[in-house]
Amino acid sequence: MKKLLSLILFILVTVVTYAGGYRVSIQGQRALAMGHTGVAVVNSAELVFFNPAGLVYLESKINVSAGANAVFGQVAFQNELTGISSETDNPVGTPLELYGSYKVNDWMTLGLGVYTPYGSEVVWPTDWAGSHLVNNIELAAIYIQPIVSFKLSDVFSIGGGPIFVTGSVNFNRNLSRTLADIDGNRSNVTLDDSGVSNWGWSIGAMFNPSERLRVGFNYRSEIIIKAEGGEATFSNVPNSPGVPFSNGTTTFDANLPLPAELTVGVSYQLNKKWLFAFDYNRQYWSVYKSLDIDFGNTPTGPDSRNLRNYKNSSVYRFGTQYEATPKITLRAGYYYDETPVRPGFFAPETPRNDSQGFTGGLSFAVTPKLAIDASFLYLRFSEVEASYDYATESNGQFSSFGGTYKSSVFSPGLGVTYKL
Amino acid sequence: MKNNIKYITLLALGMIACEPEFENPIDESGNYESGEANFSNYVALGNSLTAGFADGALYITGQENSYPNILAQQFKSAGGGEFTQPLMSDNAGGALLSGTQILDNRFVLAFGADGSPKPAIYTGAAPTTEISNNLGNTFNNMGVPGAKSYHLVAPGYGNVAGVPAGTANPYFARFASSATTTVIADAVAQNATFFSLWIGNNDVLSYATSGGEGEDHNTTGNLDPATYGSQDITNSNVFAGVYSQLVDAMLAGGAKGVLLSLPSVTSIPYFTTVPYNPVPMDATTAAGANLAYAQYNGGLQQALAALAGTGLLTEEEVARRTITFVEGQNAVVIEDEDLTDLGAINPAFAALPKLRQATAEDLLVLPASSIIGTLADPNTPTSVIGVGVALEDKWVLTPEEQTAISTAQSAYNLTIKGIADAKGLAFYDAAADLEKVATVGIPYDGGVVTSEFVRGGGFSLDGVHPTPRGHAIIANGIMNALKTTYNANLPKVRPGDYGTVTLSNDVN
Repeated sequence: MKKLLSLILFILVTVVTYAGGYRVSIQGQRALAMGHTGVAVVNSAELVFFNPAGLVYLESKINVSAGANAVFGQVAFQNELTGISSETDNPVGTPLELYGSYKVNDWMTLGLGVYTPYGSEVVWPTDWAGSHLVNNIELAAIYIQPIVSFKLSDVFSIGGGPIFVTGSVNFNRNLSRTLADIDGNRSNVTLDDSGVSNWGWSIGAMFNPSERLRVGFNYRSEIIIKAEGGEATFSNVPNSPGVPFSNGTTTFDANLPLPAELTVGVSYQLNKKWLFAFDYNRQYWSVYKSLDIDFGNTPTGPDSRNLRNYKNSSVYRFGTQYEATPKITLRAGYYYDETPVRPGFFAPETPRNDSQGFTGGLSFAVTPKLAIDASFLYLRFSEVEASYDYATESNGQFSSFGGTYKSSVFSPGLGVTYKL
Repeated sequence: MKNNIKYITLLALGMIACEPEFENPIDESGNYESGEANFSNYVALGNSLTAGFADGALYITGQENSYPNILAQQFKSAGGGEFTQPLMSDNAGGALLSGTQILDNRFVLAFGADGSPKPAIYTGAAPTTEISNNLGNTFNNMGVPGAKSYHLVAPGYGNVAGVPAGTANPYFARFASSATTTVIADAVAQNATFFSLWIGNNDVLSYATSGGEGEDHNTTGNLDPATYGSQDITNSNVFAGVYSQLVDAMLAGGAKGVLLSLPSVTSIPYFTTVPYNPVPMDATTAAGANLAYAQYNGGLQQALAALAGTGLLTEEEVARRTITFVEGQNAVVIEDEDLTDLGAINPAFAALPKLRQATAEDLLVLPASSIIGTLADPNTPTSVIGVGVALEDKWVLTPEEQTAISTAQSAYNLTIKGIADAKGLAFYDAAADLEKVATVGIPYDGGVVTSEFVRGGGFSLDGVHPTPRGHAIIANGIMNALKTTYNANLPKVRPGDYGTVTLSNDVN
């Protein structure tokens, strides 16, 4: 078990997840198959993430859920005016989740979750037309969350716990649209920091007004990843006092917010076979105002201000579950995910516009205790005309970079559910 | 079961959607079109501007950012083919002949100890381009730095043996197909489907940059370019004859093309950077300097009195020639060959040289900035150049010399426009755009391009040649002309994506 845990942790640290924006809503195989609903669904240990309050209603003493997805996501860019087209070459993202719960007594359950709700890896061709904004970015955050859940009555329960986050970031971009060394090699900087950690918390509540109806509430706090003393490596910088940077390594400080998320939802057990669920997420992206980078080798404040100006956004999720046979359960779902990006702030490092998720999946009970869960997600983005209008030029003016973006994300996943 | 089917359908959908596809992908053919033109084999004819010469030298990144190369990249979306250039061996820019350096390295913008930026010769790398090493084939970019119109039809212009004597061009020697060939012959041999021609700038530019030292053959009437000196102004009729010969040669194979007008040479930073009155003085210094010129000023008055009524010396000219210094900024003292030769009228006035102080109408050349205010004789404190010692003719373009230039240039441009109209070729008025750069500036995505030296973004550090950003603007202008004439629909470039001057403190 220990070995397995450390192996999974190792994988988590070394893999990178991808998503449009950097919220990756893949925190459970069963939930994802139902449109990633779950704040009011009592189904498995996935509740550690979706609503800790619900854990006390699980029947078994020990519940374990584990799974992983392979995320295939790419973004294409083109600009009809300039005839430029580029496409990302993103590696396969692998968000993972591992949840366990232990029923201490009738009114208290303990749980532990390890999951990856934020992450992104976008790899554009080096020196592409938007390289002054990003060449490639790799962002990973692992959430480790112990929780405790109390049953106040059969009708109402609460749960929650602290969250420990450890994250890493690697970001490369060119210093400007034109700065280059004598041989024309574009000046660029790589920011790299790992093991950046911080704490947060989450709290949930569940209300069961009837046998069939559940209402859930869950709030996960905002956590700011503070990279302090990370490594910034400058390359191809001309040898000149006219440039405030020089080749080599210095330190950098930057803050990256992992926004708070509020979820409310209901589930309704229509009959023995059919379950319906609806979740509403509010994601508090407005905290992401600007990505400011302060380099250690320059005396004064932020050297690089990158306005983001995100707005809070909503996700509407619908899911259903159908117990086809005692062994096979089918699931399907749909969600609508609003972008937090405002017009004019569409940066290619997080090329995210409104999307619709189509999900499906099934569970196959190998034994009464062990089930295999499969899920898939198809995220449909419409083509979008978008631009980032706030790239700072060396003359202090803003320039705009934009065109048509089209993203596609597809992700199959596999997991196991174990009950004891 | 229904769900199963849905599942399978969605799964298939998802697999297909792995690669994002645009409704209207621009990289598929048919989005951009060449119209009536055919860009499959584009040959660019011209001089340093066409070659991508910048910062006083030819080097790789400059060549890569030349307007023909930028154009050729855009042509690719409308049937354009490969575009080859006689790339130099490095980005230092200098060149060797049989191992001896004959061309200087490029300028870079270096910051002095006082923190002020100045152009300086790059010394970070030794030049590696060997002129005598012929590249062995011809290239789409036939731009030859230094070429005047008639050089393109001159046999032996690429004969490496003639380089030391100045009868051949080192840049053309690198890729001339033979010692006797002409630039135009090598261009024609490539069977271009499309060509651009931007030639004639040097027919006035070298006269201008030398401060008008050469001969103006519109005045002399000399029609034999073989007898022209390198700093002369080409006779307009000679230009017209050569130009139409060049166009006819390119058209013989059925090519379409674009002709470019010649921008004003006097509005480039080379002539607009050094002010006419760069000499600051306090009252004491001004008084001392005035004392030094008292005898000269007195002599002028005597000459005026002596020549009164002869019409040989006007009061106006005496006023122009009288030299006075005041507290504050002072105009430099210059030699002006167009002033009346008083010594020739009367030997008594032989001690009155052709001197006057510069006015706002005079253009001082860029290199003058490095000599004004220095001592002509280190041991004589009064020999300050521009004050005690007059600036020689070569440092200044006087109004008379400017008129000679603009007269020739207007005549050339009339020829170019006339031939473009007569042959149905596209015409890009580069002169108009560069005039805009020199006056109000041209806005681009991220600022305004002006002709201000170093900072303006339009001109490189030699004050004459455009930066990559300048080339991008020219390329866009040409594409507009191609739309007008040939209905060619091409993707534009963003000037803001192209650089300006190169920073480096590798200057010793």
